[in-house]
Amino acid sequence: MTVELSGSATLATEQDIVLARQHVRQLCQSLKFSLVDQTKMVTAASELARNTLIHGGGGQMRWNVREEGARRGLALHFEDRGPGIADLRLALSDGWSSGSGMGLGLPGSKRLVNEFDIETAPGQGTRVSIIKWK
Amino acid sequence: MERIPILRMGQTLLVTIQIDMQDQTAMALQEDLAAKIAETGANGVMIDISALEIVDSFVGRMLSSISGIARILSAVTVVVGMQPAVAITLVELGLSLPGVRTALNVERGMQLLDTVRQEKFLDR
Amino acid sequence: MNDTNQALLDALGAEESQLVESWHAALPLSAQTTGQSSRGEARQLLAGLRDGLRAGGAPEALDTPAWAPLRQSLEALSAARAAKGEKAGDTSLFVLALKKPMFDALQQRFAKDPAGLGAALWSATSLVDKVAQHTVTTFQSTREDIIRRQQQDLLELSTPVVKLWEGVLAVPMIGVLDSSRTQLVMESLLQSIVSSGSALAIIDITGVPTVDTLVAQHLLKTVTAIRLMGADCIISGIRPQIAQTIVHLGIDLQGITTKATLADALLVALQRSGWRVSRTD
Repeated sequence: MTVELSGSATLATEQDIVLARQHVRQLCQSLKFSLVDQTKMVTAASELARNTLIHGGGGQMRWNVREEGARRGLALHFEDRGPGIADLRLALSDGWSSGSGMGLGLPGSKRLVNEFDIETAPGQGTRVSIIKWK
Repeated sequence: MERIPILRMGQTLLVTIQIDMQDQTAMALQEDLAAKIAETGANGVMIDISALEIVDSFVGRMLSSISGIARILSAVTVVVGMQPAVAITLVELGLSLPGVRTALNVERGMQLLDTVRQEKFLDR
Repeated sequence: MNDTNQALLDALGAEESQLVESWHAALPLSAQTTGQSSRGEARQLLAGLRDGLRAGGAPEALDTPAWAPLRQSLEALSAARAAKGEKAGDTSLFVLALKKPMFDALQQRFAKDPAGLGAALWSATSLVDKVAQHTVTTFQSTREDIIRRQQQDLLELSTPVVKLWEGVLAVPMIGVLDSSRTQLVMESLLQSIVSSGSALAIIDITGVPTVDTLVAQHLLKTVTAIRLMGADCIISGIRPQIAQTIVHLGIDLQGITTKATLADALLVALQRSGWRVSRTD
């Protein structure tokens, strides 16, 4: 598994969320994702970047291109040193049709990507990784 | 911070969102629209999102809020021009924007506004 | 470069035409019929192996940059043979046949050094095994790509979007409604809605064998997306058994108009669009 493109960006202001969206868009375009997949990935990035800023007190977004055999994908990692998520199970649950849009929007973002990983604990910050394969 | 301009056409307020908005820009739009509806007595609001390639939960909630606020101020809201990829993503996110009227384009949006406004008029 | 790798390099470098001949001879008779080309393939692989060893590549780690040229020739070799219709085993057999000539060459070199011979043989066999494995993996992914592309074509062919009337589109769904088909239908239907400016879409599910909660979810997702864009949807082709299943499972159709036949759905669509249908006699 070789990793080619990689980088990171700070998430400290609202403008950073906009920049993050644009950056992810560019990465998706260069990897030739379909329009729908681009939209999903950029939207997921927007949700998670906002979480990092608002709930995590700021942090960073890292990205890298993944290769696994014949397929390529984009991996994004959102990290903060904020308060962490107290009840992860609750944060990850929602009925599909509830869509109240409150809280962290984690289940929604999860549905937009192929792989979703989260590491968090009270006082230990939060790290979310997502991958979308082409 | 950029503020999204609100145009007025008779009894209808028109908003075209063409930029990738910061969260505060969206909030400002919400406030500006509420103020303008009250100030002008407009009974219709059309929000054109045909240029928006990304509608995340924040923008989605903003659209719902605007719709709700407008209703309380006796105005009908219609959101027009949602791109297919955006619709597919919103559905996957679990956001169906209940209470938000939508139309395929500006023309149909105006027709819808007229229809709904007429119905409301007859109700009173 | 360590001694073992050097020994391997020497064994592979010495007398290439002799090596190629003994490799060719070690192949089963059926594989020998492609004479010229298999000798050429053998020479290319030997070159790749030598380059990799010279660049310090470790036999156990074929995915390092040192082995890049070798990987490329292996992939080309696999792809060419897959396209020719050969089995996966044939290509790996081709690679594995290199062991005998390599062992012979190593035995000569280490005639007076049994310990060294042991290490060299182990290195050689690991290397050739890994190379053979790589060809099988590549072969499989080439085949999988072909299958995936064919599946995609099939999916697209089975969900055409047709224009029934001005402003009315229809999609006949055929086959099991799973998430990938739903995705495809959503994308093409929504795109057609925008490009044709149609405000009504009829989804006909006559060809869908069963409707359970999962299928219903997929359908509802499609309808929600259509409504989000400002169009509406009618579901037709609901067989009596499906209607019963829907009620039994307590599926909420959220106010979607449903009709038993496409004809009924078309009539409703026309009426909603402001058309009146009348006979001329």
